Amino acid sequence: MTVLVWIETEGGKAKPTSWEAVGAGKLIADGFGVGVTAVVLGENAAGVAQEALKFGASSALACDDPTLTTYRFEAYAPILSKLVADRSPKALVAVATAAGRELAAAVAADTDSAILSEVVELSVADGQVVATRPVYAGKLLSQAASTGEGTVCVTIRARAFKAPAEGAASGSVETIPAVLAEDSIRTKVVSFEAEAGTVNLTDAAIIISGGRGMANNPKDAPAGVENAEIWKAQDAFANVLQPLADVLGGAIGASRAAVDAGYISYAHQVGQTGKTVSPDLYIACAISGAIQHQAGMRTSKVIVAINKDAEAPIFKMARYGLVGDVFQIVPALTAELKARLGK
Amino acid sequence: MQIVTFTRSTPDTAARVEVGSDGKITWGGASTVVNPWDEYALEEAIVQAKNIGGKATVIAIGPEMHSEALKHSLAMGLDEAVRIEDPALDPVDGLSYAAAAAAAVNKLEDVKLVLFGKEAVDVGTDQHTVMIARKLGFPLLTSVSKILAIDTAAGTIQVERTLEGGKQVVTSSLPVVISVTKEINEPRYPSFIGIRKASKATIPVWSLADLGVSLPVRRTVVNAYSNLPPRSVEVEMIDGEPAVQAKLLVDRLLEEKVL
Repeated sequence: MTVLVWIETEGGKAKPTSWEAVGAGKLIADGFGVGVTAVVLGENAAGVAQEALKFGASSALACDDPTLTTYRFEAYAPILSKLVADRSPKALVAVATAAGRELAAAVAADTDSAILSEVVELSVADGQVVATRPVYAGKLLSQAASTGEGTVCVTIRARAFKAPAEGAASGSVETIPAVLAEDSIRTKVVSFEAEAGTVNLTDAAIIISGGRGMANNPKDAPAGVENAEIWKAQDAFANVLQPLADVLGGAIGASRAAVDAGYISYAHQVGQTGKTVSPDLYIACAISGAIQHQAGMRTSKVIVAINKDAEAPIFKMARYGLVGDVFQIVPALTAELKARLGK
Repeated sequence: MQIVTFTRSTPDTAARVEVGSDGKITWGGASTVVNPWDEYALEEAIVQAKNIGGKATVIAIGPEMHSEALKHSLAMGLDEAVRIEDPALDPVDGLSYAAAAAAAVNKLEDVKLVLFGKEAVDVGTDQHTVMIARKLGFPLLTSVSKILAIDTAAGTIQVERTLEGGKQVVTSSLPVVISVTKEINEPRYPSFIGIRKASKATIPVWSLADLGVSLPVRRTVVNAYSNLPPRSVEVEMIDGEPAVQAKLLVDRLLEEKVL
């Protein structure tokens, strides 16, 4: 009896948030008085499995096979489903990344198991796993629980659970076989084009977000630019917000209004129809704070709002409010931080 | 040949959704809308059905309120709509939703493509997309931002997926389950004629007996819904010239230990 935790990897290395899944897995495992078994699939699986033993797993399973080198749902899912069917763990835990979510749901469907998706709190009561999860785009919380015997598939929101501290490894790594051969896998990757400057907002500890007001950039658009408003806003994201993000090691977010207006790509959108984030520090620049936006960032630890409109709803949820011109305050903030943080 | 997509009615995105003193979810007098993510799947279903010379069918699982989303779908241009309702599906969990949905797809003829929006905004998950694919035994492609080619004769599809680190091109056999992102298209608004036609349409309702499916044992229950705890912060306004504001803010952020 155990709790299985899938350790997501990238290029043969564990994703840093994967260890949070071990932390969440231990919460469940302790509730049942069992241990945590890490499962690592793909490139360098044995190496990462060994590392998992240092992050609190009491044993680990590794499978490195040509079909698994890069993540592919169709190849990965049956391995986890077989482990659950064969070993009847109390739970299977993964971080709610794109891959983690689809694997957990696949295992639940394949084995008719309970599923609790994108949870932010976990406990064990009366032999059942109880979880809190956001619903209605983060406007409400749902308290859900597993029923009966059997495995519970759980995905956890990134940054909602603590990773165990790294310690000395104990336990051993067992090698397991793949389930599907390449011939029976119907999805084939033709190409992958990496995009420079992609954002991983959900993992970011600091986020600087811009809204519609980024178009109030006082800089003049060069002659011949087709749409001066878009140029000004794009320039403001690149040359006003980005330097602040750089000095803080943060990521750039945006409101839906800014994305819809074409100021910045959808990948940056925070809110109901974008990403839900929960950084330590969220700096909202020229964002009024519509309900849709609040839904995506309200669990941030410290929220700073900078807006010229003192009545903007964003100030109602901020810890610190600065009324004024973003184009004066943000550069001043960047300069101050550079000086104070010695960068 | 047909393309099937699923939708549901959800509270208007701008509505304030709350849990009342009776523990039930309300959104005041606000209307429901098509689950915002589904608009992209509905649009793609219309476009791709035309592309392969087939029919586009939309399904909703749940009580009468979901007929609104189906009527909106018909008004956009979907060919047919079906609603699935059964006492055994209330309340519905992921496993039973997937079992009923998979049975509905199996009841329809010659389905090549099952399309979903990114997630259902009310239940806050995309798990049903994956679970239906597994119950059907179809391959699954999530985060699809472009359908590059469908060859129904060869039984293959090629798509572009937008992943965290970049764009992936993948091929799969048909039939396949696909979930689409916002980038895939620009959903159309229903036309006046479409709205008139849809308002007159009678939407068939199927029960689990009609589908010939028995549900798996319920494994998950929702015990309660609750409002978000109020943010226990009081805003501190930082005034002064920009340079002063910046200095004071950095002082505070260093004290908060978030830098």
